[in-house]
Amino acid sequence: MLIFDLSQPGRRNLSQAPRAAAEPDPDAIPADFLRQSRPVLPEVSELDAVRHYTNLSRKNYSIDTQFYPLGSCTMKYNPRACNYLAMLPQFLARHPSAPSDTGQGFLACMYELQEMLKDVTGMAGVSLAPMAGAQGEFAGVAMIRAYHSARGDNARTEILVPNAAHGTNPASAVMCGYTAREIHTDSEGNVDLAALRAVVGPHTAGLMLTNPSTLGVFERAIMEIREIVHAAGGLLYYDGANLNAILGKVKPGDMGFDVIHMNLHKTFSTPHGGGGPGAGPVGVATRLLPYLPLPVVVQKDDAYRLQDEQDLPHSIGRLSAHAGNAGVLLRAYIYAKLLGREGMQRVAEFATLNANYLMIQLKRAGYTLAFPARRASHEFIITLKDLKDKTGVTAMDVAKRLLDKGFHAPTTYFPLLVPECLLIEPTETESRQTLDAFVQAMKEILAEAHHSPDVLKSAPHTTPVRRLDDVKAARELNLTWKPAA
Amino acid sequence: MTTPAHLKYARSHEWVKQDADGTVIVGITHHAQEMLGDLVFVEAPVVGRKLKKGEECAVVESVKAAADIYAPLSGEVVAVNADLADAPEKINADAYSSWIFRLKPDDISELSGLLDAADYQKITDQEKH
Repeated sequence: MLIFDLSQPGRRNLSQAPRAAAEPDPDAIPADFLRQSRPVLPEVSELDAVRHYTNLSRKNYSIDTQFYPLGSCTMKYNPRACNYLAMLPQFLARHPSAPSDTGQGFLACMYELQEMLKDVTGMAGVSLAPMAGAQGEFAGVAMIRAYHSARGDNARTEILVPNAAHGTNPASAVMCGYTAREIHTDSEGNVDLAALRAVVGPHTAGLMLTNPSTLGVFERAIMEIREIVHAAGGLLYYDGANLNAILGKVKPGDMGFDVIHMNLHKTFSTPHGGGGPGAGPVGVATRLLPYLPLPVVVQKDDAYRLQDEQDLPHSIGRLSAHAGNAGVLLRAYIYAKLLGREGMQRVAEFATLNANYLMIQLKRAGYTLAFPARRASHEFIITLKDLKDKTGVTAMDVAKRLLDKGFHAPTTYFPLLVPECLLIEPTETESRQTLDAFVQAMKEILAEAHHSPDVLKSAPHTTPVRRLDDVKAARELNLTWKPAA
Repeated sequence: MTTPAHLKYARSHEWVKQDADGTVIVGITHHAQEMLGDLVFVEAPVVGRKLKKGEECAVVESVKAAADIYAPLSGEVVAVNADLADAPEKINADAYSSWIFRLKPDDISELSGLLDAADYQKITDQEKH
């Protein structure tokens, strides 16, 4: 039910309170500015609205209610302190267009966040402007393009992308006017170096790499990859999707990356809920500094200000009207301050430890690892290909059954290279007891797959809605509510 | 399902059938549709488009993924299977009778460079293990 369905003409937030003021007189507003019809807004009481959204939230899975091992998404706990401090009225009430001298506290936080991100990634400069990971990718590739253009090197038309990459990588390359070319991955999950050497050349603008990769393993030949790409004149792009695995341990700058985007809603624990908003800061090596997206916060004589086009005339420009998703950036700043340098290393250590513990326990429980010879990074893949051949039970059936057991499902059918796969990422914020409970649920499901597969095929059984029709949802997409005629 | 012996195959999981008039029809294999799962969209190339062998020319999208289809031969697109626009699930039901586009090849001898059923079957068997 939508909140519009609850609407009653004239119902207000406080029905018993007297009307405070008369409605504005339409005649007092110039006709040009008057809308022709009344806006269609739900007319409900405050109680109606609270009940509606509280009940919706109870039907949902969230990190606040359940273990959420959604691979590649880093669904870690969002500390309440981050939320509390970012909601201080002094931050909330600040107008984004207010002059710098009235917002020194906020700008100091943003400057320190830039510095911390620079430090932990080993980059020369950071801009907080991108509003999400995808926009960070776009900004990163746009800077690669600006760099080559400034040198008159216009023959570079291709961005190389390993076939294990997130789909956003080729999409970002194409958005920036490049052709995306796929590089194959070997059976151990590494980029195939022979394939890379065969396609790299004077037409190569850059290589986009996620390390650890979406296959959940560290790209061992990274220094060779760097040599090959840089020798051909291309730049190296680091997709920060899996930064959680190496936070404070390995710096992308030390691996030779020229540009990086970070997903603060993953690694820096800002909320994923409700689709975001996200934040996708970009970091660059020295040679890309002139192209950073605006604004960048600078400090001089203990005063902070936002740079503009006069400061950075070669900037790729602005990505939004103001300075990124301020509230999200504040949460990430507080998270980073709470952890400190040592804490960040412990994030990577415990994220990796939890993933490897869970991987070994699931292997012992009878599940098949996609890359049994490799240690997991912060996530790992199991493949249910053999189970499907034997029992007809698919990865999707197992995922749906997990909902009945009180767990959010892992990522299904990604990466595409591994058939019938589940990509599992526990994150560092889960206890051993939670991981053991998940293993127990997976054991029960494996037993069910053999003796009562129909229970899995018709799962979930206990959720507010049963198995959804994915095909119908994709083909008859309907996201717009319209008032009845 | 067996791999039909009268068709030719590309490594990238397209099948090709030569017709008597010299044109060929192109679809995706049973193995490909099985990997993709339930198809929700097919984006066929525009009639009249000239394709180079190996060029990305169409897209199939399933509930799991979107996948490119590559031109198995060079040539001109002379027709597309309009039935699939409203019913992409036909590919899931019978991949080898659901052609996606018809090509007039520049050089029909390129056909001999494609795989026969036995060799394609070997590739898909390897992928399974």
